[in-house]
Amino acid sequence: MAGVKRGARRTQPPAPTHVSRRNAECSRAELDETDRRIVNNLQGGFPICEWPFLEAARTLGLDERELIERIDKLLQAGVLTRFGPLFNADRLGGANILAAMSLPDNDFDRVAAFVNAQPEIAHNYRRGHTLNLWFVGAAETPDKVESAFQYIESVTNYPIYRFPKEREFFVELKLQA
Amino acid sequence: MADPTSNSAKLPVDSLDLRLIAATQGGLPLVPRPYHAIAEKIGIPAEEVMARLERMRASGAIRRIGLVPNHYALGYHANGMSVWDVADELVDELGERVGRLDFVSHCYRRPRRRPQWPYNLFAMLHGKTREEVTAYAEEIRALLGPACHASDILYSQGILKKTGLRIT
Repeated sequence: MAGVKRGARRTQPPAPTHVSRRNAECSRAELDETDRRIVNNLQGGFPICEWPFLEAARTLGLDERELIERIDKLLQAGVLTRFGPLFNADRLGGANILAAMSLPDNDFDRVAAFVNAQPEIAHNYRRGHTLNLWFVGAAETPDKVESAFQYIESVTNYPIYRFPKEREFFVELKLQA
Repeated sequence: MADPTSNSAKLPVDSLDLRLIAATQGGLPLVPRPYHAIAEKIGIPAEEVMARLERMRASGAIRRIGLVPNHYALGYHANGMSVWDVADELVDELGERVGRLDFVSHCYRRPRRRPQWPYNLFAMLHGKTREEVTAYAEEIRALLGPACHASDILYSQGILKKTGLRIT
């Protein structure tokens, strides 16, 4: 494991790409007890203070350098997708809108590729249902998302079913490692 | 139609907040004083960085600060979008309770699109197997009781695109 010197400038690796995410899907990562303690207890509540790793490490019974090294290693291994603040894009003026289309099998790939090619489309999944293409439109404003949806509809000739969130219910997810 | 209980109101952010968001949304630097490193990068005092992050956390602009696990790497291979047709007069109260279940990662009320789509409550479920996800869905079904008229679980059959949501 590479050492992290106090004060050394380290930046996080870029978020795992599609390819490394795929690799992570293939086998369950090997985590030791300390890794699990970190993953299970640091999904929120990272302190905002001058020495936050030191403070977080104390509550986990680790030393600061070990915590930093292990987070770094977990990011590199793709066990973590990121480490830092999770922003609520909707409330910051951005717009994310879930939408779906119902596509016949023989036209699925063509339309899915066109949807993916639009920069406003952030996520796109194939799902098992009559509505078989599910994606999220994301832009600075709802109008820009709507324009992208209308463009897709006009080019592909399939309707888009829009599912904007009407209410978000509080969740406290803790994935157990 | 605006819902008085909706929590989607926009929060005021200024240009400095936006610079701070741009500098941190990819992740915090892995150094002992990460907020100082960010302060240096964007050219404002560290105290200002911490005060603004604290304010955004208090207002809900920051949901949380910590690590984000990759579901798949932790063995959560079965991720199902469970969807429920719940009586309008009960969906908000029941949605709150569904959101608190610890296997639910996202929980939203959304519009129905009849006749193709009768469901108004969406809850993402994460399990290690489909059997586990099915068992979770049964727990939700029991919780919803007679208020629920129909339900389904949509499993992902392939990630076609996944880019992080970026705030610009």
